[in-house]
Amino acid sequence: MTRAAFVPPWFTCSQRKIFMGETPFAVEMQDIVVRFPGVLANDHVNFAVKKGEIHALLGENGAGKSTLMNVLSGLYQPTEGTIKIYGQPVRFNSPKDAIAKGIGMVHQHFMLVPTLTVTENILMGLDKPRLYMNMGRLNQEIRELQEQYGLRVDPEAMIWQLSVGEQQRVEILKTLYRGANILILDEPTAVLAPQEIDELMETMRSLVAEGKSIIFISHKLQEVRTVADRITVLRKGKVTAEGIDIGGLSRRQLAQLMVGRDVVFNVEKSECQPGDVVLQVENLQATNNKGLPALRGVSFTVRSGEILGIAGVSGNGQSELAECITGLRPATGSVRIHGKEMINASPGKIIAANVSHIPEDRTRVGSAPNLSITDNTIMKCYHEDPIGNGITINRSHARAYARRLKDAYDILAPSVHTLARKLSGGNLQKMILAREISSNPELIVAVQPTRGLDVGAIEAIQRLLLEQRQTGAAIVLISEELEELMALSDRIAVIYEGRIMGMVDPKTTDVYTIGQMMTGSRLEDIQTSTEPQNESAV
Amino acid sequence: MNLPFEIRLEKRTEDVPRWMPALTALGGVIVAFLISAIILKITGGDPLRVGKFFWQATFGSWPTFSDTIVKATPLILVGLACSVAFKMKLWNIGAEGQFYIGAFFASLVVLVPIVPMDSPRWVILGSMIVMGIIGGALWGFIPGYLKAKFNVNEIITTLMLNYVAILWNNFWIFDKWSDAGFQMTPMFDKKAWLPRLADYARQYRAFSGITLHMGVVIGFAAAILVWSIFQRSRWGYEIKLIGDNPDAARYAGLNITRNIVLVMMFSGALAGLAGMSEISGVVHRLQERISPGYGFTGIIVAWLAKLNPFAVIFVSILFGALIVAGREIQPSGLAQLIQGIILFMVISSDVLLRYRIRLIRRKALTA
Ligand SMILES: Nc1ncnc2c1ncn2[C@@H]1O[C@H](COP(=O)(O)OP(=O)(O)OP(=O)(O)O)[C@@H](O)[C@H]1O
Ligand SMILES: [Mg+2]
Repeated sequence: MTRAAFVPPWFTCSQRKIFMGETPFAVEMQDIVVRFPGVLANDHVNFAVKKGEIHALLGENGAGKSTLMNVLSGLYQPTEGTIKIYGQPVRFNSPKDAIAKGIGMVHQHFMLVPTLTVTENILMGLDKPRLYMNMGRLNQEIRELQEQYGLRVDPEAMIWQLSVGEQQRVEILKTLYRGANILILDEPTAVLAPQEIDELMETMRSLVAEGKSIIFISHKLQEVRTVADRITVLRKGKVTAEGIDIGGLSRRQLAQLMVGRDVVFNVEKSECQPGDVVLQVENLQATNNKGLPALRGVSFTVRSGEILGIAGVSGNGQSELAECITGLRPATGSVRIHGKEMINASPGKIIAANVSHIPEDRTRVGSAPNLSITDNTIMKCYHEDPIGNGITINRSHARAYARRLKDAYDILAPSVHTLARKLSGGNLQKMILAREISSNPELIVAVQPTRGLDVGAIEAIQRLLLEQRQTGAAIVLISEELEELMALSDRIAVIYEGRIMGMVDPKTTDVYTIGQMMTGSRLEDIQTSTEPQNESAV
Repeated sequence: MNLPFEIRLEKRTEDVPRWMPALTALGGVIVAFLISAIILKITGGDPLRVGKFFWQATFGSWPTFSDTIVKATPLILVGLACSVAFKMKLWNIGAEGQFYIGAFFASLVVLVPIVPMDSPRWVILGSMIVMGIIGGALWGFIPGYLKAKFNVNEIITTLMLNYVAILWNNFWIFDKWSDAGFQMTPMFDKKAWLPRLADYARQYRAFSGITLHMGVVIGFAAAILVWSIFQRSRWGYEIKLIGDNPDAARYAGLNITRNIVLVMMFSGALAGLAGMSEISGVVHRLQERISPGYGFTGIIVAWLAKLNPFAVIFVSILFGALIVAGREIQPSGLAQLIQGIILFMVISSDVLLRYRIRLIRRKALTA
């Protein structure tokens, strides 16, 4: 029934045998304990994955999912516990050992060299070929591998030319080329557009059809329900549900398993009471990092007490839009904040105009990894009373401020002295949100604010955004999650190739119309066309 | 090798205790000395005798200890200069040039003269300090401005400006201010000398022959200043933030270009101060080779001290001792050899901070 798996030519006999071997389990982790200063990240965790299954690993932010997977991929050594791979006890000292046992991990932040080609990136770190790189043959090899799993991407393209989704395919190819039979995907869908998510799931299915195993981390419960066979749930480092079948579990039940309480998916929203115009954007034009046009004349206004959603497939100018408004990217046109022309003003001036920005990239832009939570939370107010006083910084005020945010926003960390890079993905996001929202901004530019957050945290953040709206903030919400946009926005502008395709009211518009606009149809054209179009005509 | 056990390095998941970095660094230094002893033994020397001699020449008595501190003084200042720049990931390797220009500007006070030579001593010394700072800051400003405005690589500019500074100095001492054809200016008036302990030998007999001068006080004061800037000030916070993630700093509204210029100027000012302290405290005239490469040693000092201002003091004293010993011990390359080994050992000792070492018995291994 299974197709012949791709077995790398340099696999030894014993490796082949292990793969074909007798136990039903690909991975058995028993009693794993990992301790970080002040946190027990994994507390006697048992975790087992069968051959040929997709196993979802779920849990709140900071539950210890990434940590457990880092143990499995050889990055951390647990203080207690044993690991068996295909029934064989193993001990990993480094990721190399884990790769040798067929374990491949795709981290959330990709580890690719932008200026090298796909093939070169895939070969990186391998001993093969030793001397002469027959690029033609190697490219061919990679093409065959792609064919097999439907992971299409041009082997000769440079990484920087690829979209995030394509880069992810390269990461997966990299692990497959190294002979991975057990794939770990740490929040792979967080950065993907809906279409790409479907493709990824297709790939995942074809991989397990060959007897490979996949460990899948995600906070998006719908996805988990469609693709996973079994789930394991972690809460505060402990297993709360071990390898249970997904069949029959509703999204609500899943959420409950994760956070231990009932989760409200539909946040309640009060009637919109728009006030004065806060942000007025007119004919905004800008280029992207490659110097190509990214915004081709965008215009809209946002009023106080209103949430304007910006929908669109990623890469259509959303990131650039946020950067132009916040002064991080040069542009032409007009950006008026409270009537004052602010285009190309310095980020400092725009912050001073009471504008908050929740950036897309939390590690590269939103935080300083080697500074403490305190230093990260005061990033935008270190010069204001009472923290900045004269030329000095009042450290005790700064700490108190950070502690207040940490408690109010439920940021999980041993203390405010913890370095930002030691926070789990979701907790880092919460830290940024806390910093941006707590300054009582008049305008919030939020890019993917709930990316990587667990269901409980998403609910909390959405509430917070609505609260800010209630108190009169104007909010630009840029997101790829249509569901979130529909739930929160008062109006939705759809962006496609740097142009606004139309402005709709989420209460009276269906997802289908928005989907059409996201792929390049103008609202006027859709409304006039009588024939309903086929969805797959994209 | 078939040892009954295997040594493994495991990535630490816990924080190391606060005293650990200092301890491993100290361990590194000790191991470096042991290795040097072995090399000495192999090459036919007597490590014990050399060691004893080394001790006597550097820390053994008050006069020699004072020599060590005198050598450490410029290192403290250039070490701080490098630490400040490195904290913001500005690779200022031009402390040597900033040192020379600082010395040159300080000399101007006496040679032009900028203040009348019959002014009180504190006026003369004070203006020399100010001029030293201005000179160094100017020499830091040039690469800082180029970097901030045109994104010119500061490694290249600072390196090149070292040569410019040295040749500039030479021009004046060879041609304009040459003392009877020698490549040096005439000796400064005593009022332009930083006070030395030896000056007070009449009141306190114990001070006779002790060359320790006020420069060390300037060095300590600078260390305290740099420490408080890093720990307490808004500016220090900006430096740390830009150093760790310039994109985040820009996002947070910091003015990065201005800080590049300011930090380079501050770094240059500290190195310039070192130049001032050296000519006013030790050489007492402007001449060729006032620095045996202090500016470059400062890079190593800053690195070994992990940019910690107080650690800079300790590392400088150690390196000061090596310089003094280098003068006394034959062959003189020995001290440099030890310097190199120390650098190696201290940097490698960092492994212990990031990994723990575990011994595993062979038969327990199944994988
Ligand atoms: N290198 C580290 N040093 C110290 N603490 C760490 C480190 N890495 C993770 N932690 C802590 O361990 C806990 C578990 O983190 P982990 O990254 O495994 O969470 P997670 O389940 O992946 O969460 P998320 O969904 O937010 O990504 C967190 O409290 C985190 O702060
Ligand atoms: Mg994680």
